[in-house]
Order: sequence, then C-alpha cells, then structure tokens
Amino acid sequence: MSKSKVDTIQSSFVPLNIENVDTDQIIPARFLKGTTRDGFGKNLFRDWRYENDDEAKPRPGFVLNQPEYHGKILVAGKNFGCGSSREHAAWSILDYGFTAVVSSFFADIFKNNALNNGVLPVTVSEFFLQKIFEQDNEATLTINLPNQTIVIDTTGAKESFEINAYKKECLLKGYDDIDYLLSIKNDIEVFEKTQQY
Amino acid sequence: VATADHNVPTIEQHLPIKEELGRVQVETLKKNCATHEIELYGLGHPYQGIVHVIGPELGITQPGMTIVCGDSHTSTHGAFGAIAFGIGTSEVEMVFATQCLLQSKPKQMRININGELKKGVLSKDIVLYILSKISSSGATGYAVEYAGSTISNLSMEARMTVCNMSIEMGARCGLIAPDETTFKYIHGRAFAPKGTDWVHALQYWQTLKSDEDALFDEEININAAAIEPMITYGTNPGMGVGVNGLVPSEKEMDEKERASFIKAMNYMGIAPGGAIKGQKIDYVFIGSCTNSRIEDLRLVADFVKGKQKSDDVEVWVVPGSKQVEQQAIAEGIDKIFSAAGFQLRQPGCSACLGMNEDKIPAGKYCISTSNRNFEGRQGAGSRTLLASPLMAAAAAITGRVTDVSEML
Ligand code: SF4
Repeated sequence: MSKSKVDTIQSSFVPLNIENVDTDQIIPARFLKGTTRDGFGKNLFRDWRYENDDEAKPRPGFVLNQPEYHGKILVAGKNFGCGSSREHAAWSILDYGFTAVVSSFFADIFKNNALNNGVLPVTVSEFFLQKIFEQDNEATLTINLPNQTIVIDTTGAKESFEINAYKKECLLKGYDDIDYLLSIKNDIEVFEKTQQY
Repeated sequence: VATADHNVPTIEQHLPIKEELGRVQVETLKKNCATHEIELYGLGHPYQGIVHVIGPELGITQPGMTIVCGDSHTSTHGAFGAIAFGIGTSEVEMVFATQCLLQSKPKQMRININGELKKGVLSKDIVLYILSKISSSGATGYAVEYAGSTISNLSMEARMTVCNMSIEMGARCGLIAPDETTFKYIHGRAFAPKGTDWVHALQYWQTLKSDEDALFDEEININAAAIEPMITYGTNPGMGVGVNGLVPSEKEMDEKERASFIKAMNYMGIAPGGAIKGQKIDYVFIGSCTNSRIEDLRLVADFVKGKQKSDDVEVWVVPGSKQVEQQAIAEGIDKIFSAAGFQLRQPGCSACLGMNEDKIPAGKYCISTSNRNFEGRQGAGSRTLLASPLMAAAAAITGRVTDVSEML
C-alpha cells in the first residue's frame, strides 16, 4: 500500500510526557477488529481520552482533549510503543493525523510498524526530549528527514537523528517494502537471469 | 497454517460468534485461507488453539527454523532453538509476497540461570524475576539466549513460558539451545520429520548451540535460589516483586519515573510501599499462550484437588488448544476443576487481551497467568496481577494474593 511521502515536517506538537506508553494504551485490543487499515484514529488512546469508554465524557486532563495542543507531531516519553506487534498502533497514530513521533526510545516492533506506514519515528536524546517538553503550546518543531535533523524553532536547539538508509528512501518516496521491490523489479529479473548456480 | 484464537469466544464455540466484528474477522480469515490454499485450524477443528500453543504441539515448530507471525509472542517458539519473532501486518504482507523480510542484526544477550528452584517456584517466576530486574525495556534491540543449569532442567513447556515473555523485556526474540529434552518433545508429533528425515534433522539440530567462546554484548547471571514466587503490582510486566516483598515506595523511584509510577499505582489502586500479599482478588485467569498447556493444567489440578475456590472469586481456566482440552478431559482434570468451582472453558486467548467476550470488569482485580498487565489489557479499567499458574490457583482458593509455597 503506497503512502504519502514524508520529507520536512514543520508543526506544533502534542506533548505526551509519559514513559512506557504501551500499544494497549495507543489502541486497546477491543478496537482491533477492523479488517482494513482505516478509521482507527478515533480510538487512539481511547481509555485515556474518555471516562468509562464514553465519548460524551472526555477526560479534560488528557492532552488530546486540550485544544491548545495540536499538530502533526506527537512527542512522548521513553520506551514508546512497547507491547504487542499490532500495527494498528501505527495506523491509529497516522489516522489521527500525526506524521511523526518523537521520543528518546522506541520499542522495536513499533518502530518498524511506524516506518512501514509512513509515520516517522524520531529518536532524540533524553536531554533534548526534556527541552521539548519545557516548551509551551505555541512552540513548533521542524523535522528535516533528508538532513536527519530536528529543531526546536523557538530556541533554535538542534539535534540530528539516526534512520536506516533504506527506510529513509522509502519514506521520502512514499514506498512500503513491496512498492520498493516492485520499483526495482527489472533489476531483480536481470539479476535472476544472469546468476549462475 | 492459520488458526483462530484472539477473537474467539470460549463458551459455546459451536454457535455463531455473537460479537459482530469478531465474527466478520473470523469469516474473513476463513475466506482468505480458502482462496490462497492455506490450511486453517478454525473453530471446531481438533487442532484449533492459540497459535503459540499449537505450533509446538503439532511439531510444526522445529529447531533452526525462522518463524514469524503477526503476534508479538511468537518469541515462544524460540524455546526450540528457532529464531522466532513477531511482525506487523505490513511485514506479514511482505512475507506472503516474497518469503523474505529485511532485518537488522540485533545485539546479543545471554541470561544464565543456575541452581535449584525453590519449592513452588515455576518458570513463570523465573521470567517475571528477570523482568523485575532488567525492566520492560531491558532487552530492547537484543536477541536473548537463556542458558544455565536451571534452564536445561526445565521441560519444553516450561521453557516456552520463559521465551514467551522475551518480548516483555523488549527483546526481538528469545531462544534456548535445543537438547535431548527438545528432541524428545518433538519426536512423533504430527508434523515432525519421520524416518530418515528425522535422522538428518536430528544431526542438524544437534549443531545448534552457541560456541563455547561466543561473546555476547551483554551477559546476566542469576541464581535460581534467589527467586521467590513472583507477582506484579503495576501496569507493565517489569513491575513485579517476590510475593513476600514490598511494593516500592515513591521515594525509591528516580525522578523521571515517578510520574509514571504514581499513575500506575493509582490505576491499580495499590498503595506504594506496602505488602502485596493479602491483596484481595476478584477473578482468576489461568490461560494464555504463556501458561495454558497441559503441564500447567496438571500442576493446577494437582494443587486444587480436594480444595474449594473462595466464594467471592470467579475462576476461569482456558486451555491453549483443543488438544490440551481433550487431554485434560481424558485425564479427569475437568472433574477436579468443577469440584473445586473452577470453570474449564474452551480454547482461545480469552481474558488475556479483552478482545473477545471474556473481559474483566472495571476496577476488579484479576490474578492472571498471561503476560501483560497493561492498563485495560483484560478489559477497560481491569486490574491485572501477573503470576504463575500455582500462584493463581492459590489465590483462587484463598481469595487473596497468597504465597503458594506455604500451601505445598
Ligand atoms: S494468549 Fe494473549 S498474548 Fe498469547 S497470543 Fe493470545 S492474546 Fe496474544
């Protein structure tokens, strides 16, 4: 499934200053029963967003219910996305409208799932993460994927981040793994024909 | 092969699934398997069950294999010396399309456990103990090998329990070198190699171990005698203590963790700094891909024989597969359970994840042999305490968190 391309993202952000956010919080298992990838955003962080699972009763203390916080970037505490392999976690984040997640540490499977769905995981130092959390709701971040840098626009603080070169190319082109393979199909066929066994 | 596990009900499985979305999912699976000629062990099939129980049970899981599945507890199969890990839906698509998956090399960790386990201590306690020491992200980015005399002395089923929870430490996969115990377990199972194939397979499997002088990025040593029956008090599997220990206090947390800790304790309704023993329990769940195999059921049955569950607890025992269920019935375990007031249900993931009809109500405490105690994992607002099957059975009898070793 091809996705929209990720390049440079400049946006305000939603701070979720909690560590070990697990996939059951991102999207509780009872909402996993779709057989397509769409529509999961409305259940993102469902049990933190609503009292007793009731959409009429939002919890005012939760950041997604605070209109002053919005944007395309989610900033979260260490070990984000631990727990299950449900790709729905990445789908719900994307479907809600986030294109990047910033944290000081990501769980392995979540990171892969995010990359496969056009959500950019940006790993920053704990120090830089705390700097972001110190900003107010007017602040914006600029994430530059080609240069692999993230900047807090208000202070100019900057850090670079790591990303697998292949995944970077996929994100820039809006490819998933299969799109990528199809894009080099000719090369693969040539290779197959010229290979001696 | 494919099977139906996460979303199936565990009572009256012969009837259509009541929940609309769950039914659509199971039916989509059926249709897709038929179109693409994939063998499906659906509801009613004698091989149906939780994927991580039936793979080993049928002899499909074998040493040296690379096994992937769209479920994070695929690490279970590592108990056979297979590289087994969970993948997301897009990666499953990739595997179906190409049989290949791009992976980066993980770092390597070895956890050595040596010595005799104390009375009442099971392999579940070993893994909860490791988690309490290294935390729920302690092995992120690593492939973990479990080794040492304690591990070699474990049965296959007990080894699976340990490997099952590798993912709870963040590990990519967890494995144990195959040995005689492994080979004996596989021999004669439905999909195990037969005749000369078996001889060849065995020759190959015997080579599958770490070199004597292998170097690991990290090595951890654990003394088995130090492990008590474990119980978790918080909302990730790393938040566990020995049953006679104390829940940590706020003061012991470093500053950054404090907020998460307080949030967890408020959710659980458990006082920091106090004892966990004596905590009131409302539900007992014995099941899940961690602890729903025949040995688990036998251990529990031996323990509860002649005892009665406490009046105010509800006890669900959910076998991991149809075969486990049938075996339990053949051994008369079902009768022991019903005499004790334990409900033996039909195979599936059940209350492990609150995705089917088995859910724990908000605010209620459930001692569970599953692998995750995340907020809302067993149903919105549910409070999960993870423990071994014996600890769960003990709590079923007393209605409280109890040190099972005092009852043996
Ligand atoms: S029993 Fe629980 S952890 Fe295991 S496969 Fe089923 S839902 Fe996942």
